[in-house]
Amino acid sequence: MAYITNCVIPLIIAGTGIFALSRGVDVFSCLTKGARSGLDITLRILPALIGLMTAIYMLRSSGALDALSSVLGPLCRALGIPPEAVPLMLMRPISGSGALAVGSDIIARFGPDSLQGLTAAVMLGSTETTFYTIAVYFSAVGIKKTRWTIPAALCADITGLVTAALTVKYMT
Amino acid sequence: MAMARIWTCMTAFAVVFGLVSGRMDAVCSGALEGASAAVELCIKICGVTCLWCGIMEVMSKAGITEKLSKALYPILRRLFRGLPEGHEAFGFISANAAANMLGLGNAATPMGIKAAEKLSDGTGRANDWLCTLVVINTASIQIIPSTVAAIRAAEGSPAPFIILPQVWISSVAALSVGLAAAGILRRLWGS
Repeated sequence: MAYITNCVIPLIIAGTGIFALSRGVDVFSCLTKGARSGLDITLRILPALIGLMTAIYMLRSSGALDALSSVLGPLCRALGIPPEAVPLMLMRPISGSGALAVGSDIIARFGPDSLQGLTAAVMLGSTETTFYTIAVYFSAVGIKKTRWTIPAALCADITGLVTAALTVKYMT
Repeated sequence: MAMARIWTCMTAFAVVFGLVSGRMDAVCSGALEGASAAVELCIKICGVTCLWCGIMEVMSKAGITEKLSKALYPILRRLFRGLPEGHEAFGFISANAAANMLGLGNAATPMGIKAAEKLSDGTGRANDWLCTLVVINTASIQIIPSTVAAIRAAEGSPAPFIILPQVWISSVAALSVGLAAAGILRRLWGS
């Protein structure tokens, strides 16, 4: 399985190059132009990450995160979710950089291929920053009555987070 | 303002908890470590982020995004029931969904906002189509979660992409339940 997924990326990279070149795209200058925009993205998230990682490291070293995990532990275990993922689940719909901060902390602390680390990675990869997305779209077109958007989006989030924990538990 | 409250609560809660548990020295070093850990994380994932943005740029120039958005049209047509065939919003809706699937956040949002402008009736109340558009965006499927893979690679995983099947299953499940909830709530909610 690891071998197959490791094949995906090199194949995409080379395949994109071959396809684009055959259509007359200047592949390399496009690649570098895109890479430049990656630098902008990284620089844009850095200030928020500094603020949030500071807050999360403070919370963790105060023992508050462990206390939260142990309070919600029994409920989580019943659902098949590692309790250490609780802070990530709370942060995920609210802030993208906050979730990145909490998630990368879990991955670094428990190891990328531990149950906790894998669960955090799948949760990060399969869900979106719901409240931020809703705010961006509805404020852009001046919507005040959001009606059923938030409940439907939260149903999707909870499903994504629980499925992430279950697929990691039973598929790896 | 929401983030202002959340951040302040997090730090204040850490201080209160640290004082009660007598771990203020750890909280102090935590605060400093956190700030430098953020910079380290950015440096670690920057290379992969840039590489992936580059590949995506090549893909859009080669017309792959357009192909994908054409392929998505028949599915999206069903989700926006009642919207007349050939409505000008459809082009933006499919482009938005295609960009989301490829992880092109920067391209997806402007397309999505254009779609929202076309769907909006200017009353300040979200109609069913607008709600559906936003639900699709909050539960969007990303085929290659490059940032997460970059973090896994940076932490020394031998197979950073081994999580792909789980990510796909979880995001499809989330999107399906979101759309199912949309279908039910649309009937129950009224105005």
